[in-house]
Amino acid sequence: MIEVRQLKKSFGSQLILDGVDLRIESGESAVIIGRSGGGKSVLLKHLIGLLQPDAGEVLVDGENITRMTERQLLRVRRKFGMVFQGAALFDSMTVAENVAFGLRRHEHLTEAEIAKRVAAVLDVVDLPGTENKKPAELSGGMRKRVGLARAIIYEPQIVLYDEPTTGLDPIVSDSIDQLIIRVRDHLKVTSIVVTHDMRSAQRVGNHVFLLHEKRIYASGPPAEFFASTDAIVRQFVDGVADAKTDAKTIEF
Amino acid sequence: MNCRRIFEADFSQPKAKQSQQSGAGNAGGNLLVFRPMNFLESTWVGSWLNGLGRIAVLARDAIASCLTFKASRRDLLYQIYFIGIKSQAVVLVTGAFTGMVLTAQTYFQFHKVKMDTATLAVVGVSMCDELGPVLTALMVAGRVGAAIAAEIGTMRVTEQIDALRTLATHPIDYLVVPRLLASIIALPLLTMEAIVLGIISGYVIGTQLLGIDPTYLYYDMMQYMNDADVVFGLVKSFVYGGIVALIGCYKGLTCGMGAEGVGRATTEAVVYSSITILITNFFLTLFLQRIYVLMQ
Repeated sequence: MIEVRQLKKSFGSQLILDGVDLRIESGESAVIIGRSGGGKSVLLKHLIGLLQPDAGEVLVDGENITRMTERQLLRVRRKFGMVFQGAALFDSMTVAENVAFGLRRHEHLTEAEIAKRVAAVLDVVDLPGTENKKPAELSGGMRKRVGLARAIIYEPQIVLYDEPTTGLDPIVSDSIDQLIIRVRDHLKVTSIVVTHDMRSAQRVGNHVFLLHEKRIYASGPPAEFFASTDAIVRQFVDGVADAKTDAKTIEF
Repeated sequence: MNCRRIFEADFSQPKAKQSQQSGAGNAGGNLLVFRPMNFLESTWVGSWLNGLGRIAVLARDAIASCLTFKASRRDLLYQIYFIGIKSQAVVLVTGAFTGMVLTAQTYFQFHKVKMDTATLAVVGVSMCDELGPVLTALMVAGRVGAAIAAEIGTMRVTEQIDALRTLATHPIDYLVVPRLLASIIALPLLTMEAIVLGIISGYVIGTQLLGIDPTYLYYDMMQYMNDADVVFGLVKSFVYGGIVALIGCYKGLTCGMGAEGVGRATTEAVVYSSITILITNFFLTLFLQRIYVLMQ
């Protein structure tokens, strides 16, 4: 279970999050939606302790990770896997070395066992036989799949996805969504997906949070959320530009 | 203070925009609020002190990690290969030509007062105490310090450092410690190579080109040099190894976003390492000389 209480974060003089509260239960598949540059990725990075808040708390299974040192956080992070927006693969390593990174560092396995686990997890993400390729030889969608394989190989309890379908065509996006659902159902993990792709949010989530004006503005199950008549929610779900913003732009 | 903040991505706006924004905020009624710590941090002295404090935290955590043997042996060996073996050419050329030019210049001056055979003694002491450690460290700072900052900086801007952290790997254990250990192991060895080659090339130039008597040249060198000169050089190169690796890692870990950030981090790593080496050299010379006198 992950709980965020009154989280505040600013970079320089720019306030990004101003009192965010949310609670994600174990096994839940949460989707955080919001405008580009609205602080979704910043919020996600707080959940795993990559960023330290200016105020507020982040609790993982009841444990406050806000003031932990980097070394204390290592233990908590073993519960997590994270898929980055740009995949963040180690470019000096092959696909197999990338995927096996966590296993090699934390589990005492033989090379044969590691190779077997890598092959199995690459099969799960539909990339069999790519072990010896370098990240530079892969397409965007393939890199994200390798990133997912690296995140799930040591069977974490919680998987975080930072804009997993951004920059991909609809077919590859759909296959990534299917993968997220497959991982969620097979490994019984808690999934937290940050996205501004409404189709993806409807498919993979069973709890949707809307981050708006630096706070969680609305949340609920997808059916209720996407049927909401609230002006802000509808504007975002239907993808309608802000009239005021347009007026300002024209005037400027 | 812990090193967590050092690894955090910096999404803040450029300073010019920040000051514009804070100016707008002041117009909104905050003019009377004066925060001395914020004011201090906005000055170059404050930011310099802040940077110094962060390097100290990085050094403390890196030393603690070294003592608990958390680094991988494979990574350490690779870094020793990269810093030690791959720097051979540049260090050997530096050592040889410094020894030769120093021999020639010393001879030209000493010849006027008929002290030709003392030439190699001056070359030996200068190479061991000052030129060997300092020039080797400067060359390694240019080659290795820049490479460390560029590599770690690129990892930072492409979120690879965040990826490491999510894989429950401490960036200090994985990135800083192997480079720090390799640098403090390799630099004294490289320095010794440069010193030995400098003296040998000086001897060859002195005897073959300048016509100094080989026996007296060697005898005078042994007469005026002692073990302490070699020890001073080794101690200095050990310290410079730490400086090059720590500043390179720090600049990489804290580099700004984008290609410009990596470029600036690389330049700053070389400039700051070189300046720190030159300043440290002065104080280290006085300190080691004092220790030597006390031990006599």
